[in-house]
Formats: sequence, C-alpha cells, structure tokens
Amino acid sequence: MKLLRWILGLLFIAAFLYGNFFIYNGLILYKLINVILFCALFVLFRVLFGPTAADRIVAVDIMGILIVGLLAILGLVYDQSFFMDIGLIWALLSFIASLAFAKILEGRYLDD
Amino acid sequence: MKIQQRSRLFVFIFSFLVWCALTSIKDIQEVVAGVFVATLVSIVAGKFLITSETSEHILKRILSSIRYLFRFLWEMAKANLHVAFIVLHPSLPIKPGIVKIKTTLTKDSAITVLTNSITLTPGTLTVDVNPEKNEIYVHWIDVLSTDVTKNTKTIGGKFETLLTEVFE
Amino acid sequence: MTREIIGMVFILLGIMFDFFGVLGLVRLPDVYNRLQAATKCVTFGSAGILFGVFIIQGFNSFGFKVILGIVFIFLTSPVSAHAISRAAHQSKIPLAKESVVDQYQEDNELKD
Repeated sequence: MKLLRWILGLLFIAAFLYGNFFIYNGLILYKLINVILFCALFVLFRVLFGPTAADRIVAVDIMGILIVGLLAILGLVYDQSFFMDIGLIWALLSFIASLAFAKILEGRYLDD
Repeated sequence: MKIQQRSRLFVFIFSFLVWCALTSIKDIQEVVAGVFVATLVSIVAGKFLITSETSEHILKRILSSIRYLFRFLWEMAKANLHVAFIVLHPSLPIKPGIVKIKTTLTKDSAITVLTNSITLTPGTLTVDVNPEKNEIYVHWIDVLSTDVTKNTKTIGGKFETLLTEVFE
Repeated sequence: MTREIIGMVFILLGIMFDFFGVLGLVRLPDVYNRLQAATKCVTFGSAGILFGVFIIQGFNSFGFKVILGIVFIFLTSPVSAHAISRAAHQSKIPLAKESVVDQYQEDNELKD
C-alpha cells in the first residue's frame, strides 16, 4: 500500500513536469518552475487538512519563502527585474503575518 | 560627537548606498529622492543601530565574524543533507524531544545570533529563551542524552567560542 | 556561458532542497518536526535559487535586489520559526508519540 502511494506520487510529479504551464522560449531547465508549483500544492494540502492551527500557520509561512524563489526564477525567465520587488515585499508581509498569527495563537493580542 | 548622532549618520550613509545599488542611477532626480528617503529613515529609526560607546579590536572581530560565517554555512549544508536523509528514509528514523542547554553569552544581540544559528543547524530548533538564567530550550529531532552540560557541549559549543570572540 | 552553467547548478540544488523540505512538511508527525524540516530546507533552497540568479545576473539592479532577498530570508525565517514553535507549545499542542523527553514542560510545571 505504501509502495503504491510512492509510485502514484512519482507518476504525479512526472505528469506535472511534462505539462507546460508557461509560454517561453528558453532553456529546458526553466520547466523546473513546475516543481515549485507542485511543492506549493503540497503546502496547500497542509493548509487544508492540518490537524491543528499551528500546522496551518507553518504552512503559510513556508509558502511565503517558496514564492520568493519562484518569483526570482520568473524574473530570470522574462528578464524583468520588477519581479524581485514583488518578492521582497511578499517576504516582508509573510514574515509579519506569521508573527501576528503566532502572537494570537499564544493567547495575547496585538496591543499587548 | 554624541552616540546617537553617530548612529544616525551611519544609517544615512548605509541606506543611501543601498538606494543607489537598487536603482542603478541614471538621472539626478533619483539621487535627490534617495537623499530625501535616507534622511527620513535616519530620523525615524536611526538611533537603534549603534548603542555601545567604544569599539575595540575591530579588525579581529571582523576576522572572526568571517570565520563564523563560513562555519555557519558548512553546518547548514550538513543540516540540509541530514533532513533530506530523514525525509527520504521510508521509516522516518526520528526520536524527538525538548532539551535544555545553558549559555555563557550575555548580550541580547549575541543570544539572538546564537539562537538563529541553532535553528538553522542539524536537527535542532530553538523553542524558548529564559534570559534571567541564561537557558535555551531546544527541540532536538534525535535526542542523544538528557544531561544539561553534555547537551550544551554538543549543541551550542560549536558556535559559542566564536561568538564570544565576535561580540565581547 | 560558464557563469550561466554555475548559476543553473545552484538553481537546480535549490529546487531540490525546496522539494525535500515540503516533503518533510507533509510526512513528519507533529508541528515541531515539521517546522524543523520545512524551515531548514526551504530557507536553504530559496537562498540557493536566489544565489544562482545572482550569479547569472551579475552586479546590476536585479542582482542587488536578489542579494537583499537572501539577507532578508536568512534573518527572518528562524525568527518566525521560533515564534511559531513557542506559540504552539504555549497553546498546549502536544508533542508526537515518539517523543522521549520534554524538559520545557517540566520546568513550566515547577514554576506554577
């Protein structure tokens, strides 16, 4: 049963790699953006079905860091530097958001 | 010159240099806007950067901080290989637990750097700091012993001597 | 051309470690273990991707933004991991069944 789940997951990754979600004329390595999107799918699984509230907060925090890497590769593909501006602001906001969530989870509120 | 003024001047120069690097200057207007923004930043948040009166052995401290950086990157690469081994292993070989270690560092900035590097090195994650007794609670993914002094040597001993050289 | 190949190797390593981190987020048993795997691997992976982009781009404005992103990720990600784990322990989320020892809990009970 466990082996079946592993094989299913690998097939899923292969299908995801084969599909083409972006229009570009570049190196084949840029297709690895799809792997990061796949990782984001895993993270969304943890957000939806996490048993406790802390799991969801962890997942949102991790998602912010993943998106920064994704935006850097996108900026490299399209050769535009403003993608990294969005990435910096995204990292800042996700850091502040996870701190605020952690504070509320601890039982204190924002004016404490 | 008073210490707050010196700190504000330092913040002004630093933020203006960062602005110049980010915009890759093509016009005089960008320089004017940069001076304006750097002045604003140094007025609002300038006085928190430098707080100590004197600074001795500046060269030695810079050298040991570079050594600390390389040690940290090496430990971090090892940590990632360790986590990759655990995650790819079919039966998840973990034995987690929260242990307590002691530290001899006293400054707040030194303790912050120590806890951040404990978080990013193999198998350990800082949970809480008790600043009165100089104790750090660490979640360890593979507990080897529950003795406090032994754990202090294995977890914090790698960085503590170098950080003592850097900060004190 | 050599520079591009070195940068691509860094990006490949980064994407690989991102994937391992997210796999850890899905597989491991409780919040603290998930936080360990995800924080370490995703921070290192995203920093690897950003460093690869910096090597390809060189010292222009995109490169400086990417360097700023690396510094920002390394400073903020352990701090938010620390905040989330402390909040999870304060709100009495239990450790996994495999856990051996919890000296933090013992000290908190002594204090009360």
